[in-house]
Amino acid sequence: MDLKSLSNILFALVLFLYALSTIWYLAFVAFQKKFLAQIGAGQLWAGFLCHTLLIIIAYFRIGHIPAHNLQYILSLTVWALVTVYFIFQFKLSIRMLGSLITPIATLILGVAYFLPKPDIVIDKQFESLWVSAHVITSLLGNGAFALAACVGVFYLIQQKAIKNKSRGFFYARLPSLESLDQAGYTCIALGFPMLTIGIMTGCIYAQIRWGHYWKWDPKEVWSAMTWLFYAAILHGRMALGWRGRRLASLAIVGIYLVIFTFLGVNFLLKGHHGDFTNF
Amino acid sequence: MQIILIGLNHKTAPVHIRETLAFSKDDITETIDSLIQDSTFSEICILSTCNRVEILVVTELSEKNAELQIMEKWLSFLSAYRQVTVTDIKPLFYVHHNLNAVRHLFRVAASLDSMVIGEPQILGQIKEAYRLAVSKKSAGVLINRLLHRTFSVAKRVRSETGIGDHAVSISYAAIELGKKIFGTLEKKTVMLIGAGEMAELAVEHLIRHHVGTIYVVNRTFERGMQLASRFKGTALRFDELLDHLVNVDIVISSTGATECILSKNQMKKVMKRRKQHSIFFIDIAVPRDIDPDINQLENAYLYDIDDLQGVIDINVNQRKKEALRAERIIDEAVVRFEEWLRNLDIVPTIKALKHKLETITHFEIQKTCQTLQNESFDQLYPALELMGNAIMNKILHDPIQFLKGKGFHKDQSVGLDLTRRMFCLDDDIKPN
Repeated sequence: MDLKSLSNILFALVLFLYALSTIWYLAFVAFQKKFLAQIGAGQLWAGFLCHTLLIIIAYFRIGHIPAHNLQYILSLTVWALVTVYFIFQFKLSIRMLGSLITPIATLILGVAYFLPKPDIVIDKQFESLWVSAHVITSLLGNGAFALAACVGVFYLIQQKAIKNKSRGFFYARLPSLESLDQAGYTCIALGFPMLTIGIMTGCIYAQIRWGHYWKWDPKEVWSAMTWLFYAAILHGRMALGWRGRRLASLAIVGIYLVIFTFLGVNFLLKGHHGDFTNF
Repeated sequence: MQIILIGLNHKTAPVHIRETLAFSKDDITETIDSLIQDSTFSEICILSTCNRVEILVVTELSEKNAELQIMEKWLSFLSAYRQVTVTDIKPLFYVHHNLNAVRHLFRVAASLDSMVIGEPQILGQIKEAYRLAVSKKSAGVLINRLLHRTFSVAKRVRSETGIGDHAVSISYAAIELGKKIFGTLEKKTVMLIGAGEMAELAVEHLIRHHVGTIYVVNRTFERGMQLASRFKGTALRFDELLDHLVNVDIVISSTGATECILSKNQMKKVMKRRKQHSIFFIDIAVPRDIDPDINQLENAYLYDIDDLQGVIDINVNQRKKEALRAERIIDEAVVRFEEWLRNLDIVPTIKALKHKLETITHFEIQKTCQTLQNESFDQLYPALELMGNAIMNKILHDPIQFLKGKGFHKDQSVGLDLTRRMFCLDDDIKPN
């Protein structure tokens, strides 16, 4: 079996495992039995390991980080999201989060799966380690912000239940407001340095390759706006006590900004990141 | 052997009767001592809580109306012991017999029969009742087995259904909400404004959850001091309230004030000074102490007595649903107990049968040995044959008498059929 067909099988397997994990996590939401979430987590781990293998194989096939077309970048995004989820799950242990992360991961990967398979084009300009660092840190940062938005959604649901004194389906299933608030803040606080490093390594690479750090390219402008937005959230939290509903809402607004910077700019505006959304 | 349970509870008897009839620990031991003298009471266990008085009796009586006899004796004992007339209290009692008694006990222990379904204290009270019975040696094979089975059924109901999951008292509901807001109540600062039984109970519950500092605010400082020392807290003057709200996480308010003591505008400023940290108000007072609009402030959560009652009502319904699942577990346990009970009846019969046959055999062997001492060896066979015949005749004597009609007044064929099946006399009928 050659590497190409192995990759195809592996891709399908990863998608299958993520979908399976989604089902277990949704069953957990419905029945609230711990073992369902544990099985879900097990499937997610299995999927994640296969996914990692898939990315490593792609790396060796093309000789640099697989991020130069839409299928690869979406797959990498999902991988980063799941990575961040595992890191946070270790610390926060909000089991319900799995039920939001797994469908998102499955959905994005599903879209990626049905995109046309890219041909192998060895592109020397991506071989630099700066590119790898730039891509990975930016995506991990995005993953952390996505997680913050998921936690924010949970916060708003729970807060509404307590404020309105109407306990719905989620009241008993979600953790306390305090822990959700803390979790959201932690996600942003750790995503922010990732994004910072992502932007910095990008600048350094631009200097090496094109001889300038910053060119006011749309991608750069929107990245800077995203960065400023999250910087403002962190400042507000630390200096002005932004917490609770405000933090949760900002985290949700933030993820729209992140998605636009990540994909919207490529489709609607132009810039030197155009490559990776080709398909 | 029969199991009989006689009792009254909050559904059948008004509180003043339950109060009169309630048993203290000493009363229970005394009662057991006196009742166990009566040979009809083989095993006794008495349960007395504020909502029920029940006596569980195992009796050797085999008559069909054994429960009536036991009831008579129990009522006459009660009337003498508590100076009440039998006719007054008789209609308040219910009597359960054998498996119904077992089911009733299971339901009581699983808290399905409680005033507040799913309340956890009852199991402890039954354990205590059992402990007393054991210490008085009035718990025999049956009560031992039945009570242990009861404990495991109650435990199963608690772990497999959500019967105890949702708070159904004001202070528990408040604590449950507090946990949903703060995660943990540990080290949280509590402020009690005013006084009152329910508010103080809530503070006590909070202390059990290891809250931190407790402030007590009262219009009369002395009263505040008293309460503060009871809760190991700090008493504050009324005008210090706003300043201290900056550091407080949970406020329980229960004053007699006719108007709100805390307005939305005041609280808005406090929230800013608290850096928007969450605060939870529990307003138990009627009329309300705290401006209801405070609930609209971000990170401020206000529950008044009606809100808490609303939470409780939902939870009670939830528990009722869970109770249906609990009934199924109990049905299953009753069937299992019935099986055990049936086996229990067989054992003594088998023992007695064996004993009878052994006595007969032993007697005949003794007799044969005595005659054999003087005889020679060739007379051994007829002697043994004689012995065998004698054993056989003696064993069969009673069954034959039984079959000839002594045992059956109506239908001889029933006995014949039973015997043929028991000894496999027909080739085509094999025992299972």
